[in-house]
Amino acid sequence: MNIGELLRSFPELTVTGVTQGAIYALVALGYTLVYGVLRLINFAHSEVFMVGTFAALFTWGLFGLDSNTERPSIGVALLAILAAIVVAAVTSAAVALLIEVTAYRPLRHRNAPPLAFLITAIGASFVLMEVAGSLTVRRPFGVPALLPSKPLFDIGGWAVTPTQVTTVVVAIAMLVGLDYFVQKTRAGRGIRAVAQDPNTAALMGVNKSRVIALVFILGGLMAGVAAVFNDIKTGSTKFNVGFLLGLKAFSAAVLGGIGNLRGAALGGLLLGLIENYASALFGSNWRDFVAFVALIALLMFRPTGLLGESLGRARA
Amino acid sequence: MLLEIDNITLLYGRIQALHGVSLNVGQGEVVALIGANGAGKTTIMRAISGIRPVASGKITFNGEDITKVRADLRVIRGISQSPEGRGVFPGMTVQENLDMGAYTRRDTKEIAADLERVYGLFPRLKERRKQAGGTMSGGEQQMLAVGRALMSRPKLLLLDEPSMGLAPLLIQQIFEIITEISKQGTTILVVEQNAQQALSRADRAYVMETGRIVKEGNGPALLDDPAVREAYLGAA
Repeated sequence: MNIGELLRSFPELTVTGVTQGAIYALVALGYTLVYGVLRLINFAHSEVFMVGTFAALFTWGLFGLDSNTERPSIGVALLAILAAIVVAAVTSAAVALLIEVTAYRPLRHRNAPPLAFLITAIGASFVLMEVAGSLTVRRPFGVPALLPSKPLFDIGGWAVTPTQVTTVVVAIAMLVGLDYFVQKTRAGRGIRAVAQDPNTAALMGVNKSRVIALVFILGGLMAGVAAVFNDIKTGSTKFNVGFLLGLKAFSAAVLGGIGNLRGAALGGLLLGLIENYASALFGSNWRDFVAFVALIALLMFRPTGLLGESLGRARA
Repeated sequence: MLLEIDNITLLYGRIQALHGVSLNVGQGEVVALIGANGAGKTTIMRAISGIRPVASGKITFNGEDITKVRADLRVIRGISQSPEGRGVFPGMTVQENLDMGAYTRRDTKEIAADLERVYGLFPRLKERRKQAGGTMSGGEQQMLAVGRALMSRPKLLLLDEPSMGLAPLLIQQIFEIITEISKQGTTILVVEQNAQQALSRADRAYVMETGRIVKEGNGPALLDDPAVREAYLGAA
């Protein structure tokens, strides 16, 4: 154990942890939204994220930016990021909707048992991953340099780069926007109604199929935004980039209380922090190990996660 | 007839819950459906609102065949239900629950007027408008479920056991409100275990036993029927 390292690097670890946590949180929302309405773990959500990372790369290609080009001016960089957010979010949402319509909806119409959905989810995940793998000849793709790497500010060791600021600010904006949408709009009320009591929701005139499609779209939008910032943060992407990240984001959703939107955000943030502190304490090889041990330990004491309640029961 | 049910059967898995049930509800009527636990009363309600598909038979509403119409679309056609067990959304406030009742409507001004009408019928709901539905008492949840069902401005209001679990004074009160709703022009089909109240307030009534209609007649007449009195009113 290296407590000295943890104390010395505490500010930096916190900043990187929060940034990583913001990405986990955005992806975790997709798991939690779908779970809240369908009681289904959509394992294919990791691939929704993966497609987003390539959609962002494609967008930057349109700007003439690739891993070999010079860093563009800050204005061009921000414009390229904004464009990538839009393209990746829309693409990921489209893929999420495609999964729902082609994989899950037919099962629902046949009243398939829950296990059939689970196997289908895993199957859809592998299909998408392998298709992406063969299209990209399973090689990694570098991400263009966009934002300056020089810290934006540095107060007593708390150095924060433009990338980290942008990631966290956009993630917070998305979280607040989603929370508002679910709590305050008519469509959001429909989502909560189906999550709380699907039969009564139908008696109110809520079209369940439409609500289900909507949660897949919302989850996809969030995952697409996360994908853009994961590209920028890690500097590359690959056909299997969604696998471990998806697993972590799902864990974050469980950590916060699956089905609970604010829980997913909190779980993501905590997981990001735990990972970074753990890699300082025990070495980076132990990062994932410690993160999952922490998850299991927490679930022993709080089996329903930190915030516990489902999307439906969570109070406004 | 506003609602015509013609010879419907319904299955829960392999168990047949309804064996060829036919019943009618005319425009402006209050019709009661009574019978013991498990007789199939709630199942009929679910078939009418479209929550459970029927295996055979036909349901006609307002002259149109709605047998295959999805539940949410039946709401738009004018069928509204206060379900068994109330179905109050526990995580939504009273106000949000009532807004859910008007989910299919876009006429904001009219919705606001109907909200005031419901608050007029149930002043208690107005006092508690910001409270979460799940934290209300059984009687308050019942009022909320009935009020919410009115918010879609239904042509036909289905009430499933509105008196369930309520204190006698509240039962009296909720039936007075049902009569009031009927006077305001809404057609009502009410399922009840409290046969005394239901029969004395209904224009007509049906008696169910094990998935079949065994008797029908006007409310007060059934109230005097010796067999009905013995089976459902605890009198010899």
